[in-house]
Amino acid sequence: MSQRARIVAFAAVTFVVVATTTAYAVGAATSYRERHEASPSVEVADPGPEAATGPRIVFRHTGVDGEYGLVATVPLDDPGGPRSFTDVACDRVDATATAASCLRIERGVVTAYSLTEYTSDWTKLQQVAVPGIPSRTRLSPDGTEVATTTFVSGHTYMQVGFSTATEIRDVGGDGHGNLEKFDLVIHGRSVEPRDRNIWGVTFADDDTFYATVGTGGETYLVKGDLAARTLTSVADHVECPSLSPDGTRIGFKQQSERDGRTWWTPAVLDLATGDRTVLAGETRNVDDQVEWLDDDTLLYGVPRDDEPGVSDVWELDTRPAAKPALLIEQASSPAVVR
Amino acid sequence: MYITLSDRPTPVDGSSPGRRRSVAPVVVMLGLVSLVTDISSESVAAILPLYLTGVLGLSTISYGFIDALYQGVSALVRIGGGWAADRGGHPKWVAFVGYGLSAVARVFLLFTTGLAAISAVISADRIGKGLRTAPRDAMISAATPPERLGTAFGVHRTLDTIGATIGPLLAFLILWWIPDGYLTVMVVSLGFAVLGVALLGLLVPDRPGLERAPEVRAAPVRWRDVLQPGLLRLLVVAGALGLLTVGDGFLYLALLDRGGFAAHWFPLLYVGTNIAYLSLAVPVGRLADRVGKARVFIGGHVALLLSYVAVVASWAPSVSAVAALLLLGTFYAATDGVIAALAGRLVPESVRASGIASAQTVVAVARMLSSAAFGVLWFAVGPRAALVAVGVVLLIALPVAAHATLRLDRTAAGAR
Repeated sequence: MSQRARIVAFAAVTFVVVATTTAYAVGAATSYRERHEASPSVEVADPGPEAATGPRIVFRHTGVDGEYGLVATVPLDDPGGPRSFTDVACDRVDATATAASCLRIERGVVTAYSLTEYTSDWTKLQQVAVPGIPSRTRLSPDGTEVATTTFVSGHTYMQVGFSTATEIRDVGGDGHGNLEKFDLVIHGRSVEPRDRNIWGVTFADDDTFYATVGTGGETYLVKGDLAARTLTSVADHVECPSLSPDGTRIGFKQQSERDGRTWWTPAVLDLATGDRTVLAGETRNVDDQVEWLDDDTLLYGVPRDDEPGVSDVWELDTRPAAKPALLIEQASSPAVVR
Repeated sequence: MYITLSDRPTPVDGSSPGRRRSVAPVVVMLGLVSLVTDISSESVAAILPLYLTGVLGLSTISYGFIDALYQGVSALVRIGGGWAADRGGHPKWVAFVGYGLSAVARVFLLFTTGLAAISAVISADRIGKGLRTAPRDAMISAATPPERLGTAFGVHRTLDTIGATIGPLLAFLILWWIPDGYLTVMVVSLGFAVLGVALLGLLVPDRPGLERAPEVRAAPVRWRDVLQPGLLRLLVVAGALGLLTVGDGFLYLALLDRGGFAAHWFPLLYVGTNIAYLSLAVPVGRLADRVGKARVFIGGHVALLLSYVAVVASWAPSVSAVAALLLLGTFYAATDGVIAALAGRLVPESVRASGIASAQTVVAVARMLSSAAFGVLWFAVGPRAALVAVGVVLLIALPVAAHATLRLDRTAAGAR
C-alpha cells in the first residue's frame, strides 16, 4: 500500500468509527429520553398532602419512566396501591416521621457522591459530600442521627480493592467521623485491627446502634455507643443488621457460597437467646439491608434479572419456611414510617 | 495538546543537528496511538465500579484481589513481547497484536455481564497492554538519537497521559448525558481502541529511524546480550526502589484517612496526579537529556519520598493533598519514560526491546510485591506509621542507589 492509500484508508476507518459511535450514542440518548419521558406503568396517586403524613412506606421508584429514581410513598395499609411522588431523586433513602436522608450519585464531568438531609416534608436541611458510591443509609428512630455506608474504590480497577466508609452525623449538624476510629471490642478483648471495615448501621435510639464489623475474613455484629465512641461485638457472622421495631431481633443477610459466588440469604437473630433463623424460603441472592414492615415481616429490594436498573420490594415473613411475596413493584430502598 | 504543535514533528535523517528540539514523527504517532488507546481503556476503568455495583448489582468484595494475579500474567507477557520484537525484527507488528487484543477484548465487553466474564475480558485487555509496551518503547528508542531520548519519551508519555485523563472525563460526560449509558461508554471505548489499532497499523512505519539495519533480521535473542552489566545494575536498583514504591491508590486512601479536603475530592485525586504528570513529562525529559537519565530517575524517587512526607506531615489537609499530587506527578514524569530511555541504551540494539521489557517487568513485579506488602503493613500498623517506615527505608536506600547508578549515564552513551 502506498502512503497515500494508507492515509485514505485511515481516514475511512476514522469516518466509519466516528459515524457509528455517534449514531449509537445519539440513539441511546434518544431512547433514554423517550423511556424517561413516559408515564409510570404503575398506579399514581392524585397529589395530596395526606400521602406524606400518615403511616407509609418511603422508597425509591425504579420504573424506567419520567419518575425514575425519585422518592415515592405508599400508605402503609395499601402498599400495592397508587404511589405519590416527591421531586427528590435518591439512590438510597431512609425516612422517619420527622426526617429523611438521601444518598445520591452527583453526575457531572466528574462524578461525586453526596448525603442530603431533609425534614419530613422534604425541605432540605443540609448536603454534605461522602467519599464513595452509595450503599446504605439509616436514620435513628427519632430522626436526629443519620448513618451512611459508601464504597470507596481506588481510581481504577488496577489499584486497591474496595473498602467501605461508614459515618454517623447529627442531622442538620456535624459528623462523628468514620466508625473505624471508634474503640473496638471483639469477644471481650479490646482490639485495633487495621483491616477493619464497618458497614450497615441500624439505630436502637439516638445513642445506641448496631453495625457489622469485618476483619480478618470474619464478620461480627457490634453494638455501638455513640457518646462513648465504642463498638462491642455481640454476635458473629452477621452482615447488614436491621433492628426490629420492638428491639428484640436483628434481621440480616447470611453469607454462603453458591457456584463460587457469594450468596446472601435473609436471616433473623434473636438478641436475647442468640437463636438464628435462616429464611431459606427466599432462594434468590438478597444483597440489601433489610427493613422491618412490622415485628414479624422483613422488606428488601431484589433487582430484576432481565431489566437492568429495575428492582422490586418483596416481603418475607420471619417464620422459617415462609415464601417471599411481591409488596411494591418497581421500587427499592424501602423505609417504613409508622 | 500544545505538545504536538511545539514539538512539531520533523523528519529525523540522522544528520540533523542535535540541537534541534524536535522528536521523530514516529514518536508523535506512537504517542497518538497511546492517547486514543488510553482514552479507550481508562474510560471503561473509570465507570467499572459504578457499573458493577449499580447496574449488575454485584457486591464489590475482593474484586481488587483477583487482580494482582492478572498483573503477574501481564508482567510475564511483557518479557515475551520484548523477546518477540527482537527475535522477529518487527516490533511494530508485535505491538499491533497487543493493541489488537485489547480492541477485541472491548468487543466482548459489550456482551458480558457476569463478574467472571468481565474479569476475563479485562485480563485479556491487560495482556494486550503487557505485550505492546516494550516493542513500542523500543521503536521510540530506535527512532531517536540518545541525546534526545528523554525528550522523546517525555512527549510520548505526555500524549499517553492526556489520553488517560480524557478517558474518565469523557466517560462521566457520557453518563451525564445518558444516565444509564454504560453500554454507550463501552461502544465509544471500542471506537477509540479501533482508531488506535488503525493508526498504528496504517500510519506508523515498522522500522523507522536512525538505525536502518541493512536487512530485516530474524535473529535469536541471546539473553547474555540483554543482561549487560549496566542493565543488570539498573535492574537491581530499579527493582529495589520499586519495592519501596507505595502505589498511588494507597497514598490517596491515606489522604482519605486524614479526612477533610481529600474526602470530598477523593474521586478526583487521580486527575490532579495525571495533570502534574502530563505537564511535567516533557520538561523533565529535557532535563534528563541535559543532566543524565539515571540522575533524573533517582531525583524522581526523591519526589516520591517527599510525597510520603506530604501525606504524613501535619499540614492542612488541602496543602498535603495538593503537594502529594504534584510530587507524585513529578515521580511518574521522572521515572516511567526515563527508565525505558535508559534501559534501551544499556543493551545492544539487537535486543533493545528485551532490555526495555526486562526493566519494565522488574519495576512492575517489584511494585506488585510492594503493594501486597504495604497492604499488610497498613493493616498492621496503620497508614501513617507504614508510610513513615517505607519512607525511612527509601531515605536510606536513595544514596546507595544514586551511587550505584552514577556511571550508568556514561555507559548508556557508550553503548550506542
